[in-house]
Parts: sequence; C-alpha cells; structure tokens
Amino acid sequence: MNRLLDVWRHSVLGRHLLLAVIGLAVVVVVLEVVGDFRALQLAAMAYLGIAAGGLTVLTGINGQISLGHGALMAFGAYTTALLLDDPTGSMPISLVVLASTLVALAVGTAVGVAAARLHGPYLAGATLALAVAVPGIALYFGEFLGGEQGLRVSLPDVPTWALDLEYLLTGTEMSRSQYVAYLGWITLIVTFVLLANLARGRVGRRWRAVRDDEVSAELAGIRLGRARISAFMVSAAAAGAAGSVLAITARLAAPSGFTLVLSLTLLTAVVLGGLGYLSGALIGAGLLTFLPPFVTRIGGDAGLSDIRAAELAPLVYGLVMVLVILLAPAGLVGTTRMAMAERRARRQMAAAGKTDSPGTTHPQHDSNDENDPGTPQASGSTTSKGSTR
Amino acid sequence: MQQLVNTALGGLTLGAVYAAFALALVLIFRSTRIVNFAQAPMAMVTTFIALTLIDAGYSYWVGFAAALLAGLVLGAVVERVFIRHVEGKPEINAVILTLGLFITLHALAAVIFGNRFRSFPAPFGLRGLEVGGTTIRLTTSGIFTIVAVATVMVLLMLLFRFTDVGLRMRASAYNPEVARLLGVRVGRMLTLGWALAAVVGSLSGLLIASGGLVHPGYMDSVVVYGFVAAVLGGLESPVGAVVGGLTLGLSLSFVSGYLGSELVALAALLILMLVLTLKPGGLFAVASARRV
Repeated sequence: MNRLLDVWRHSVLGRHLLLAVIGLAVVVVVLEVVGDFRALQLAAMAYLGIAAGGLTVLTGINGQISLGHGALMAFGAYTTALLLDDPTGSMPISLVVLASTLVALAVGTAVGVAAARLHGPYLAGATLALAVAVPGIALYFGEFLGGEQGLRVSLPDVPTWALDLEYLLTGTEMSRSQYVAYLGWITLIVTFVLLANLARGRVGRRWRAVRDDEVSAELAGIRLGRARISAFMVSAAAAGAAGSVLAITARLAAPSGFTLVLSLTLLTAVVLGGLGYLSGALIGAGLLTFLPPFVTRIGGDAGLSDIRAAELAPLVYGLVMVLVILLAPAGLVGTTRMAMAERRARRQMAAAGKTDSPGTTHPQHDSNDENDPGTPQASGSTTSKGSTR
Repeated sequence: MQQLVNTALGGLTLGAVYAAFALALVLIFRSTRIVNFAQAPMAMVTTFIALTLIDAGYSYWVGFAAALLAGLVLGAVVERVFIRHVEGKPEINAVILTLGLFITLHALAAVIFGNRFRSFPAPFGLRGLEVGGTTIRLTTSGIFTIVAVATVMVLLMLLFRFTDVGLRMRASAYNPEVARLLGVRVGRMLTLGWALAAVVGSLSGLLIASGGLVHPGYMDSVVVYGFVAAVLGGLESPVGAVVGGLTLGLSLSFVSGYLGSELVALAALLILMLVLTLKPGGLFAVASARRV
C-alpha cells in the first residue's frame, strides 16, 4: 500500500496507470451490473468522452478552438465501416480502431497545418466550415460511401477469448452490447492515459505556453506552428478513435450522424466539464449522455409533444454553456479545484498567523496585468487553466 | 450559354443574400471584434416570427416589418444581456458564448415553433422572367432580394457617413477610449450596432426563406457562407463584405450548377482556406503590421 502511495506521489505515469487500472475495474463492475440498454448508453458516453478528451487537449490546453471535431469523427467512423465491411472479417477490431485513428490523424494534420495560422474567430469559422462541408463528401461519393443512408457497420463476432474470460469471471455470456461498451471504455482509458501523459509532460507544457503567451513561448524557443499542429494532430487522432467507437456502437456511419450539432455538442461537453481538464471532459460526456432522456421525459410530462420535448436537451446544454462561460468560465472541475485551492490558501494563511508570507498565493494578486489580454479570466487564480485566446 | 446566364443570375441573387449576412457579421466584428455565430439562429427566430404572423392572416409585409423589428430588439438584448460580459475577455470566450446562444436559440425555436419544415411565402412571383422569348432564372422575388439588399446597404452607408449617430458609432468602433472621453456613450453605440446588424441579418434570413422552406436549422449553412464572404472581404470592411458575398454567391452557384450541389460547402471551405492562407486580410487587404 505504501509502495502504491509512493508511486502516486512521485510518478506521473504511475499515477495515470493506477487511475487507469482503477477506472478499468469500475468499468468492469458497472458493465456487469447494467443491462444491454444502459451498456449501449455507456458506449455512447465513451465515444463522446474520447472525442471530448481530444478536444480538451486542443481547446483547453492549447487554446485552439475546433468546431470541426464531428467531421474528424466522421473520417474515423467511415474508415471503421469500410474496414469492417470486409467479408472475410480477418482484421481484429483493435486494428480497425487504430486504422481509423490514423486516418483521422492524417486528415487532422492537414487541417492543423492550415489551422496553425489562424486564431480565435477565424479558426472557429474555418472549422465550422469543415463541419458543414464534410458530410457533403459522403453524399458526393454516394455509391462508395452510401450517400444519405450511409454505411451499415457489420460488427464481427465477439472473440472467443473475450467470451471465455467473461464466463470465467462472472459465469454469464457476454452480450454484443456489453462487448461494444467494453470496447469503447477500453479505448477511452487507453486514449486518456496517453492524453494525460502528453498533457503533463514537455509537450503539454509547450502547448500551455503557446496558449498563454505566444511571444514569451516563442522567445523561450518553442516553435509556435509545431506546437499548434501537434496539438491538433493528437486531438484529431482522439476524434478518429471516437468516430470508430461511434460507428461500432451505432452500427452505422451516415452523414446525418456528423452534423454541426455533433461538433457543437462536443464543445459543450468540454466547456461544461471545464476547459483543460480531462476529468471534466468525461463529466461533460456523462451529462450529455444521461441528461437528454431525463429532460425529454420531464418535457413529455409537461405536455410537450415528443419531437418538441426532444429539443429540450439541447436547450439545456445551450443555456448551461452560456451560463458557464458567463459565470464560471473554468467549468465544473476548474471551479471546484479553484475553490479548493482558495480554501487551502486561506487555511495556510490562517495557520501562518498574521504574517503575510509572500509564498502564499492569493488569487487576486497575480496575472491581473491589464496589458495581458490572455489573462485567464476565471478570477485570475494560478490554478485556473481557463481559456485564453 | 443559357445555363451559364442562369447560373450567374442565380448566383447573383444568392450572393446578395450572403452579402447581407456577411454585412451583419462585419458590422459586429468591426465594433466588438466578435464574430457573431449566433446571427444565423437569430435570423431564423425572426423569420419564424414573420411566418407566425403571416399564417395568422396578416399580410406578408406586416410579417416582414415585424421580423425586422424583432431583429432590432433581439440584437440589442443579446448584446446588452450576454455579450457585454465577454467584451475585452479572451477571444475564445466570446466564440463559445455565441455558439452557446446558437444552440439555445436553435433549440428554443424547435420547442416553440416545431422542428419541421414549413413553407414560407414569397413577396412576389417565383416564375422566371421572360427576356426575348426565353425564360431566364431571374424572378421578381430575386429582383426584390437584390433591391432590398442594395437599399439596406445605401441606408447603412448614409447612416455611417452623414449622421451624428453614425459618426459616434464609427468613433466607438475605432477607438472606444477616446470616444468615451469625448462624451460618446460607447456602450449604447455597441448595443445599437448589434441591433442594426441583427436587422440586416434578419433581412437575409427573410430573403433566403422567401418561396422556400424554413426549419430551425435552415440558416446553419448560411452562417458558414456569410462568414466566408465576410473573410473574403476582410471581415472589417462593409464594402468588402458585399463584394465578398457576391463573389461567393457566383462561385458557389457555378460549383452547384456544374459539379454538384453536395460540393457547395466543400467549395466554400476551399475558398476560405485559400483566402486565409494567401491573403488573410481579405481580397482588398494592404499589408499591415500586427502588434503583439
């Protein structure tokens, strides 16, 4: 136990791996308890979470906004659909997910090279155009990509080793939905460990430096373009993996699944949870998965027709997004952490008596420089990883 | 030859609408450095207001006027209630805020007006005019579109050039601090700017809708085309927005007519990327230094 605590304190990789193992255990327990319907819902949460995690890295940590992640997911989903269409079905599913990731990575690199030159509203507009344009490709190459109907995804059988393992552990058969959910969550855990390590390491520090102050970052020897493009690539790869899981979950890759709404939904998840926190992305994805049925039911009870009640969920996201950006721009996780840090700082001050030691950070004092337009606006605390530029 | 002329005429009509939308974006960007992505659903909501009135038995023009008035109010309210709080904050906050408003208005319209396609009447005939025995694709409604957009542009130009309020608005956009010192109520001018922009946006929404179908999402692609048109013109100059809108309308009309309508959005993306990489300041930009 002490060894574990030691690892937790001193090794970033160790901490992330420990969290991954704990996460996996939770996933196994949850998926064994819930039924098929919930399992599919959880699979949906997994792909939203993966994509939101990627977007968190891009928007929260590197400060680039993308409204085109839905389009990047489409590339992953269509790759998966095409690869699984192979009648021999020889390709293992993990390789399919990997291939989808690579395709989205390639597209993301091209987009990232163009995006690295843009900022703020220009970038938002360009990626918005991407989100609107990409479904058109599927329509144009109708005979190859299925046009409006899209491509059906034929899910390969659950591999025997997975069935055996499941039987060994629980004595029950693994259902298809369970298998899909496992696939999604394992992809999510792998992606998050990779993203978390990147974000905590040298690469992540560079991304943050570029976000916070371009000039200082460049003076410190960071190549702005390279940092931006790499962030976009990583983020696009995550979107590709998410698209792959989406295709497997929905058993369909169709243009109607990758509209502007999906891209905006991802952004909502990221903003809601807190820009820059992977845990926030996961919380946001959870809210986006489980809130709509709940809100829709309330709407139905209040006497709205089904179609109108279904629109209540986006109404809630939109309002929450507006409120979050106006009242708590650091999001759920960011605001909680900031409150905790502030409380800790206050307690330290109280413990130190009336001597105002310069070491204790007071939230109001730093980064209130008015020459710096990139000041994280979330009450200017050092713990804030709020949005800039 | 006939197809060429028809495609060009169709593009011109469409371009006029994009120009109006781009103008709405430019008016706001000039004064607040914000690209109002919520412009599309704002215009959609006002068009639905017009449609509701028309369906209730009022004439087209009552609906038309009501929509423009609603746009004026909506623009002012949005600026005063929401946007004011992110002015001067990081760019990304404003972007996210306008997108949040985008989703909210979209969903609100779907809840209130229903999420289905409804036909919107046209003010004038939709049949092509006859010129020398052949029917061309310019309709009376199309002419109305072009005339309406041109009128609005002239009115705006007159406002900015020759009135006191216009001068104050320009001053607050150009240098808010100095303007404030000279006694200009900068906040009010910003609100007025948003209100006027929303009127122009509503106009473009009404013009696109006329004779077609409206739906909570019918303006979604227009925001992209309007943005591309605005960037073509440099995102700062109203004249640029108009030229950009017409250029884009023509180009997209040709893409749609000769290559396939699925590729229109892709072509817009391509044009946007070309402009942003080759001439990021727009077609008429002169090289300028950026302070870092």
